[in-house]
Amino acid sequence: MFVELNNLLNTTPDRAEQGKLTLLCDAKTDGSFLVHHFLSFYLKANCKVCFVALFQSFSHYNIVGQKLGVNLTVARERGQLVFLEGLKSAVDVFFQTQEEPHPLQFLREANAGNLKPLFEFVREALKPVDGGEARWTYPVLLVDDLSVLLSLGVGAVAVLDFIHYCRATVCWELKGNMVILVHDSGDVEDEENNILLNGVSHQSHLILRAEGLATGFCRDVHGQLRILWRRPSQPTAQRDQSLTYQYKIQDKSVSFFAKGMSPAVL
Amino acid sequence: MAAVATCGSGAGSTGSAVATASKSNVTSFQRRGPRASGTNDSGPRLVSIAGTRPSVRNGQLLVSTGLPALDQLLGGGLAIGTVLLIEEDKYNIYSPLLFKCFLAEGIVSGHTLLVASAKEDPANILQELPAPLLDDNSKKEFDEDVYNHKTPESNIKMKIAWRYQLLPKMEIGPVSSRFGHYYDASKRIPQELIEASNWHGFFLPEKISSTLKVEPCSLTPGYIKLLQFIQNIIYEEGFDGSNPQKKQRNVLRIGIQNLGSPLWGDDICCAENGSNSHSLTKFLYVLRGLLRTSLSACIITMPTHLIQNKAIIARVTNLSDIVIGLESFIGSERETNPLYKDYHGLIHIRQIPRLNNLICDESDVKDLAFKLKRKLFTIEVDFIS
Repeated sequence: MFVELNNLLNTTPDRAEQGKLTLLCDAKTDGSFLVHHFLSFYLKANCKVCFVALFQSFSHYNIVGQKLGVNLTVARERGQLVFLEGLKSAVDVFFQTQEEPHPLQFLREANAGNLKPLFEFVREALKPVDGGEARWTYPVLLVDDLSVLLSLGVGAVAVLDFIHYCRATVCWELKGNMVILVHDSGDVEDEENNILLNGVSHQSHLILRAEGLATGFCRDVHGQLRILWRRPSQPTAQRDQSLTYQYKIQDKSVSFFAKGMSPAVL
Repeated sequence: MAAVATCGSGAGSTGSAVATASKSNVTSFQRRGPRASGTNDSGPRLVSIAGTRPSVRNGQLLVSTGLPALDQLLGGGLAIGTVLLIEEDKYNIYSPLLFKCFLAEGIVSGHTLLVASAKEDPANILQELPAPLLDDNSKKEFDEDVYNHKTPESNIKMKIAWRYQLLPKMEIGPVSSRFGHYYDASKRIPQELIEASNWHGFFLPEKISSTLKVEPCSLTPGYIKLLQFIQNIIYEEGFDGSNPQKKQRNVLRIGIQNLGSPLWGDDICCAENGSNSHSLTKFLYVLRGLLRTSLSACIITMPTHLIQNKAIIARVTNLSDIVIGLESFIGSERETNPLYKDYHGLIHIRQIPRLNNLICDESDVKDLAFKLKRKLFTIEVDFIS
């Protein structure tokens, strides 16, 4: 996890809030560093994590995780991490008929109906184990990323239903957290993606938006991060709080600074 | 430029870099199957495969794209397990050249090829590959290898290097052990190189005529057939590590031409909201899944300027690892622009992946132009714009 980002968000692994939905969004840049941050953050907070990794392979997250101080292989063996590797599972589902319903069953169907098998997988992974002491603090669902589901033929409404079911189970029933990454297509008119993005941002408590710089590519400043705190369930008596920082990604960490205050410029 | 300098130093040390990388770095992609998970070994052994080298940044295995200038811009080469998408130029003149250089590099390095096309017979594509510009030393090696293979008296030559007598005789290995070669676009590749190579062709009109029952899912039949073909080759020839008896590991280079064009049965180039608008993106996803679990690298050329729905282009870009766009000046106003008179077009590096890393090897220069000189395809920084 990135210590500077923890300071900006005012959290530490020990005293993070529960029952929250965090939306990670990237526009014209790559926001995957935020996924790595939250993965290592929640593993260090001793939470039970279910990671639906549709975008990259397990070894990719493992190698970056080791740079950030967590070992995904060990976490998986201990039972702390339940990892659904989308790329590998897609190959399995596509080429061999499965007996029991597979989480990515929709790949074989002509009209991708709903994501019910995927939801069953998540619920099974995060349900509290009866008997025995509670080893983990609270469950966390991490999805990287949701826009891939649209590319695989699932409708935006079906994906929103899935998120709704997961939120009801993970955030409300199990008092856990959810972190979801959605790409923002920006000026390209991707209607389904916009529906999805608007729907999820309406339900989320915290939105982290990584954007490329409006002026183009820069070697020292890789992008801009907008942090927005929301209170979706309460009437907006207080205004939503928003902060903007610029960042530069390094090999093992990310440094944040106020706009225009990059160390390269000063 | 800093990026060029680091890549340049990486190009110099090939053999020693492989040896050190095998001890210090963990292999990036799990190439072995679940049986050979390497728990008995002291660590995953990075077998040195001809025509590959580990990346300077993170030890990942790279293959050359066939254009050393492009290799430098991509941070050393194309990583094994990834997809390189080329957005074709408007009249499809220069993208076939990049495609053929990639395949020719595979032949020269001794890799296995898989060529898929809906337009041309793969055998004809291979006949038209450009000839490699081998310098005199390596040309002599090639002649000597041919000579050794044919004469039975090769034992005489082995007397000096007595240890090598005990090793089994290998077939004609790669022609040259360098990483990245230059190609002469005006000459054809020698016939004996094609015959000595191991290649598989997928020509859509031949494969689609058979009336096999295919399970209905929203992929077009051509894509389903191609995926099954690729998966079959990977499994049969052991590129996914499922066959531990194979002594020599090799790389599979996959080339798919004009993917998404109407010849593949896909209508995204014809209609804005076609019936199979998810066919291409699903194909790319499953293809990437196949590549990630095997020793292969793939190049795809796609006529993105024909795709009607811009959202699909964005999704395709997100699902590919490296995306390069070619923009030729033919027919545009820039053809007569005196600033561009030395060049044939612009090359845009639209996306570079962050593999096993938080950062990627983005080059600092974004204005790149290419030109096809009499023989060579070169990429240069466009200082003027």
